[in-house]
Amino acid sequence: MSADGLPWGFAYLDEGTKRMIRRALLKALAVPGLQVPFASREMPMPYGWGTGGVQVTASVLTPDDVLKVIDQGADDTTNAVSIRRFFARTAGVATTTRTAEATVIQTRHRIPETPLREGQILVFQVPIPEPLRFLEPRETETRRMHALAEYGLMHVKLYEDIARHGHIATTYAYPVLVEGRYVMDPSPIPKFDNPKLCSEAILLFGAGREARIHALPPHTRVESLAFEDHPFEPARAAGICALCGAADSYLDEVLTDDRGGRIFVCSDTDFCETRRAGGAS
Amino acid sequence: MYVAVKGGEAAIDAAHAWLAEERRGDPAVPAPTVAQLREGMALAVDRVMAEGSLYDPDLAALAILQARGDLVEAIFLLRAFRTTLPRLAASRPVDTGAMRADRRVSAIFKDVPGGQVLGPTFDYTHRLLDFALAAGVDPPPAPGAPADPAPLPRVAEALGAEGLLQPEPPGDATPPDLTREPLELPAPRALRLQVLARGDEGFLLGLAYSTQRGYGRTHAFVGELRTGAVSVEVEIPELGLAIELGEVVLTECETVNQFAGSRTEPPQFTRGYGLSFGRAERRALAMALVDRALRARELGEDLSGAPAGDEEFVLGHCDNVQATGFLEHIKLPHYVDFQAELELVRRLRREAEAARAAGESAGREAAE
Repeated sequence: MSADGLPWGFAYLDEGTKRMIRRALLKALAVPGLQVPFASREMPMPYGWGTGGVQVTASVLTPDDVLKVIDQGADDTTNAVSIRRFFARTAGVATTTRTAEATVIQTRHRIPETPLREGQILVFQVPIPEPLRFLEPRETETRRMHALAEYGLMHVKLYEDIARHGHIATTYAYPVLVEGRYVMDPSPIPKFDNPKLCSEAILLFGAGREARIHALPPHTRVESLAFEDHPFEPARAAGICALCGAADSYLDEVLTDDRGGRIFVCSDTDFCETRRAGGAS
Repeated sequence: MYVAVKGGEAAIDAAHAWLAEERRGDPAVPAPTVAQLREGMALAVDRVMAEGSLYDPDLAALAILQARGDLVEAIFLLRAFRTTLPRLAASRPVDTGAMRADRRVSAIFKDVPGGQVLGPTFDYTHRLLDFALAAGVDPPPAPGAPADPAPLPRVAEALGAEGLLQPEPPGDATPPDLTREPLELPAPRALRLQVLARGDEGFLLGLAYSTQRGYGRTHAFVGELRTGAVSVEVEIPELGLAIELGEVVLTECETVNQFAGSRTEPPQFTRGYGLSFGRAERRALAMALVDRALRARELGEDLSGAPAGDEEFVLGHCDNVQATGFLEHIKLPHYVDFQAELELVRRLRREAEAARAAGESAGREAAE
């Protein structure tokens, strides 16, 4: 019986399904960067709206957890609100917007600015887990390429970017090499967040529609792909937050009028609010 | 000044309340009941059950009501509910040969044992709007005849006896279960059929049609199309016998396809197979054509360039709950990634501008 008294399990899924997902999670943690197939279920929110993350969160949540849900770094975006409510209702867990207070954080497109610590779990919503998908559409092919660590195609793509544009033209979902073995898609986080993939927390990636889970255990070596003469550079808008004055956070650009007026504000709302409460700015 | 996207919670609540009001429509008009939808929109209910992979006409009718008649949304509601249901047992394979068919036609023989039975079909109706329906006139009772309780023999068996039709050997192997295991490719036929059975009717229709127009032609004839009730039985190990749980209405289609033979197979007819919950001839026919197209690899045919014969393409894209979710998710905020793209495009433009300016000044110097 779920927390809301309706005939489904704690956090919606039945125990058998959660066990199946936990097995996939354990395998993914044991082989960092490997995409592990799992029997993804239909969830009561649409595919593409975080069903993979929701299934992973449902499988790791315990009644004592404190859950934070963000989308674009913010707790108050509509889909984050919807997912947070879903777990408040079906699992009855406490929720928070404070990164430091959360034990489980589900995210779409960002890693919080506040460094995560041991004991925390960050769950990513993943649309397309296959970093090679847009170079090779066939699953049977990409699976073989991963098995043989045949990543030449990816390096050629990055090289062609440099030849054409002078830069690697990938700005988000920037591919990484995990422990020198698997090339992994970190989900569509801006490449600004890539260095945070080396974390003290457990990072879990759930792709519901594609039925794949991958994971990074704490302290995993994660390198963003680059070349010796074109090293990886995380990018952000050159500006400071108009609300808290942060000069090192990832920024959203906000249009303020129809005459070209614009300001920059922190994408991470908790980071920004905490700084303002502390008198920064 | 900056107005944050605060107020998400209040906006969501208000949107849901508004949706409920819109769903109800004009309060002066009586609201349709689940029973009315189940009876009057029976074919919509059948489609929702088939693609929702759950046989329950009342729940399907409720889903249609809740979805305001959006069948893909209704299918999604039923699928999400299905997730919460425990798997108590697996039935014995249903015997469609023993179907109590109220419709059964074959297009390959003028007459077949058991006869051609038209049943309640749209096929020969003239598609003229019937204003008597709008006036609420009940139809006169249809002429009836006592049903023949004898099961209808399968048309395909007549061809099979002559050895002209590729046999489909029976097997006891437990088929893979799409709803309990992730789809792995390449997929065996049993798994492909499961995917097609819950695939989007429109997508299957388009694919099947494309094979008829030359994109992987498989020369299909309708060997047999039948609709009717079959009993569902479950084996109870403690009792050592099978118990009938109830009946489901199914539509089954078997196509007979020309096949000139290949390096591995002699010339013979081959089969495509379609099966659906409810009365769903379009979907069963389309499924059979696509099933046959997807057998190209095992039959050693070359259907390269035909989408319907491409297993990864068909199986990866025929589920409308997956497709609509991913398509519609682009409505969600993407401004973090868009910001990263903005910065890149601005930078590339700056650099292109600078390069052009440098080129122009170099050009002037050369000219001087």
